Amino acid sequence: MLSNGVIISFTFGYLVLLFAIAWFSEKSEKSGRRLSTNPYVYSLSLAVYCTAWTYYGSVGRAATNGLEFLTIYIGPSLIAPLWWIVMRKIIRICKVQQLSSIADFISSRYGKNVTLGGIVTIFSLLGILPYTALQIKAVASSFDIMSVSEVGYELLSAPFYKDSAFYLALGLALFTVLFGTRHIEATARHEGMVMAIAFESIFKLLAFLVVGVFVSFFVFDGFGDIFAQASAKGLEDLFVLQGENNASEWFWMSVLSMMAVLFLPRQFQMGVIENNNEKHLDTAMWLFPLYLLLINIFVLPIALGGLVYFPTGTVDADTFVLALPIAFDQEWMALLVYLGGFSAATGMIIVSTIALSTMVSNNLVMPLLLVNDGFQKRYQHRLGSILIWTRRVTIFGIILLAYIYYKQIAGQFSLVSIGLISFVAIAQFTPAIIGGIFWKKGARLGALSGILAGFVLWFYTLVVPTMITAGYLSPSIMTDGLFGLGFLKPYSLLGLDEMSYVTHGLFYSLSVNLILYLVVSLFSQQSSKEHNQAVIFVDIFKYSSALDSSIVWKGQAFLPDLKSLLDNFLGNEKTEMALDEYRQISGKTLTSGIYADPELVSYSERLLSGIIGSASARIMVASVVKEEEISMEEVIGILRETQELKSLNEKLNLKTRELKKASDKLQKMNEALRMNDMLKDEFISTVTHEMKTPLTSIRAFSEILLDEDIEDADRKRFLEIIIQETQRMTRLIDQVLDLERFDSGRQKMNFEKTDPKICILQSADSMMQVFREKNIDFSIHLNFETQELMIDEDRIKQVVLNLLSNAAKFAASKIRLVGFESPMGLMVQVCDDGKGIKEEELPYIFEKFYQANNQTSKKPIGSGLGLAISKKIIEYHGGELSVKRLEGMTCFEFTLPFQSEKIKLNQEKNNHD
Amino acid sequence: MIKILIVDDEPNILLSLEFLFKKEGYHVFIARDGEEALDIIAENLPELIILDIMMPNVDGYEVAKHLREKHKGIKIIFLTAKSKQQDIQKGLDLGADLYLVKPFSTKELVAKVKTLLN
Repeated sequence: MLSNGVIISFTFGYLVLLFAIAWFSEKSEKSGRRLSTNPYVYSLSLAVYCTAWTYYGSVGRAATNGLEFLTIYIGPSLIAPLWWIVMRKIIRICKVQQLSSIADFISSRYGKNVTLGGIVTIFSLLGILPYTALQIKAVASSFDIMSVSEVGYELLSAPFYKDSAFYLALGLALFTVLFGTRHIEATARHEGMVMAIAFESIFKLLAFLVVGVFVSFFVFDGFGDIFAQASAKGLEDLFVLQGENNASEWFWMSVLSMMAVLFLPRQFQMGVIENNNEKHLDTAMWLFPLYLLLINIFVLPIALGGLVYFPTGTVDADTFVLALPIAFDQEWMALLVYLGGFSAATGMIIVSTIALSTMVSNNLVMPLLLVNDGFQKRYQHRLGSILIWTRRVTIFGIILLAYIYYKQIAGQFSLVSIGLISFVAIAQFTPAIIGGIFWKKGARLGALSGILAGFVLWFYTLVVPTMITAGYLSPSIMTDGLFGLGFLKPYSLLGLDEMSYVTHGLFYSLSVNLILYLVVSLFSQQSSKEHNQAVIFVDIFKYSSALDSSIVWKGQAFLPDLKSLLDNFLGNEKTEMALDEYRQISGKTLTSGIYADPELVSYSERLLSGIIGSASARIMVASVVKEEEISMEEVIGILRETQELKSLNEKLNLKTRELKKASDKLQKMNEALRMNDMLKDEFISTVTHEMKTPLTSIRAFSEILLDEDIEDADRKRFLEIIIQETQRMTRLIDQVLDLERFDSGRQKMNFEKTDPKICILQSADSMMQVFREKNIDFSIHLNFETQELMIDEDRIKQVVLNLLSNAAKFAASKIRLVGFESPMGLMVQVCDDGKGIKEEELPYIFEKFYQANNQTSKKPIGSGLGLAISKKIIEYHGGELSVKRLEGMTCFEFTLPFQSEKIKLNQEKNNHD
Repeated sequence: MIKILIVDDEPNILLSLEFLFKKEGYHVFIARDGEEALDIIAENLPELIILDIMMPNVDGYEVAKHLREKHKGIKIIFLTAKSKQQDIQKGLDLGADLYLVKPFSTKELVAKVKTLLN
């Protein structure tokens, strides 16, 4: 057996490890490495749901009630997909409204009401106290089992100063104070704590899996063996689902745990307050149920294993997890299991007490202090430290109270039965919260009466019986009912005794709660402030970004007053920073001595809200604001204005984007126009240049001819040249005009049914003389059926001629003309064996005067307009003109489509261009 | 006999200039492009050259550049359709003695050539 010293060293060593994890992660947070802003860390931190109850209690429950323990995990798994709707909304509301706890949430929703916040706080305290006691009990008894080889029950009677549980509780309280109350803003995230809790979640899962594997596969021969041996002992009931009665039990338990996983103070703290990115829910929605599945796999095997191995009644089933390794002399495994259980318990205690201490300070102590003017004046400048100390004292207080509760009452009950009582308490907040975020009519009085009635019933049906068992109240209440009235028996109100006591308590408290909430809400009038909050909560996704302008303060405050109020809580430096931020957001300048506008008042209220809770913040702000009564109409008006402003803003944004698009388009068009202009300039300068050439010859020869002193033969020759050159000029002018008509779409075509074969042959024929002169080997292959096409005969001849004469200029020795049918229509190719066109020039050769484009060396292509015109002609026919290299030859090819419709269409299109 | 080289890719212009200057008593060489011109220069250095600018292969600018590097004394006349101010400037910057724009006056050209060669 391990000595007490070893166990205690490991226990405190574990706490030191937690401390180190928390400390280092806060340090790395400051240096910019944000470990805790990881969706997996967030999801794991939610597993704070699994406490000592899960760790030890599930096995205990399974050993008596069989599979029913699963309901506590089925509920949360079933509701996880709904988190996207419910949790995300609550998270958004808390971030926007700077809410710090579930009490703050409810109080804020129902008009920042002090009473409601206080009541929720007190009930949470009452509800969680047994739960915390449960954790202490689990730690204490596991420590006891570890340190004494025989399972002893002397624990409860030992005086506290000899009780190790007492010192563990103190240690935990110290740890929690150190890590939970470092910031004054309750809405500030506790990065270190989140990391520590995530670590604990992994640790307890591993420890539980280790013992599960040990029991299933080392003590027994796998699951089959365990179930077989259990059956032999007549334990089938525990792993076989039973009849109808069970169904309602399962249903109610699942519903109960659904509510618990959302609204338990520690779940709210981890899931909502510590959340810094709504998207993390995506991961949590699958990882959390998976975690629950893993930690539950071995529950039944361990429970059955314990029941089979230990003689009936000798070992408390709640301690099987630990007792089994000890019984098999696995000391170190037992130590691991013990530490796993310790981590499950500490996780719950740390987070719960932090959450509760925030509630107590912000929703109980602060409002009480602030309501009293005398107090407020006296402590005004120390409110910040009062706040922190309230939280510290509360943490110690809760843990000590839980210790006392454990000593006096909880010690006598099973872990799960205590936990379920807490669950039912927390479930009482459900109508007020869910109603609050989905139903605008949900009113303060409804919430208040529902919660109060729910708690009275909870106390009577669930807490009173435990007090009776512990000997504080007369047992006659159980048997005869309160005041001897039979229908008031705590476990069977109005004679309803078919349910288990937990389901019974839940059924009555929640039904009455819900009915009162609905009915009273329907019949009560909301105040304007309350309505304002109701609208914001229900429609949070509409308001969250524009909330800054939803002003609920109509009055004005003296700026120095407001500033000194902020100073008290934030300190001078942070106040200045906050005001600076406001200046930046609002774009307003704040000159001291003037009045703060409602917007700044609201901003300050939200700032304070994060520190002292919404209700307290309202009281504080009210003390410096000379408020005029604001009417319901005004509130609705303000809200509508906000909405309109927002949609106006959106419209404006849209308009801006449209304008941007339009101006982009304009710019592109402008660019195109400038390009066009440039091309036009170039075209004109090229045309004039081309005209100067024949003109120069004409002038030169004319001047020469002016001299009489010329031989007749020369004179005749020169006159012929002059005529040639004037013809050249005429041709050029014709072509320019031609092209201009094509460009502007005014070119008329003469489409007639024509045989293209004849047309091509005639063009070729007129070139024969040139080919012969140049010694060119010309071949012609027309491989298509004669078929009349709708073409402009003269124009097509012009194209073929142009291509052939171009080829003649470049060909080395060979020219080939080919015609054949292709999918695109009739295809005509003119190929020459010249040196070809450079790759980089290909895109330009169909442009007018491409040869003259910014270059000084001229290419011998004649006017430079031929190809451009040919391309236009072919396009007017619905075909295409292109160029490519083919078998070492340069081939210009054009198509003429067979369908005449296309031609017409294209002609129309071109005419409209 | 004074040698003149005329460079142009337009046959009719070559023909007219050749006729003109032969009549004036010069020894006239002709070239159809820059390349030919450079060949002739290498064999038979003329006293004066009349240069078109836009020609296939080697253009007039390059011929002028070559002449100014190797044979400083040769007179250069650009005779071209390029009439923009910057073209004229470029031609003169390359060291041309004269820049004439087409269409030109034959009398003027002959007179200028005479002045340059005296």
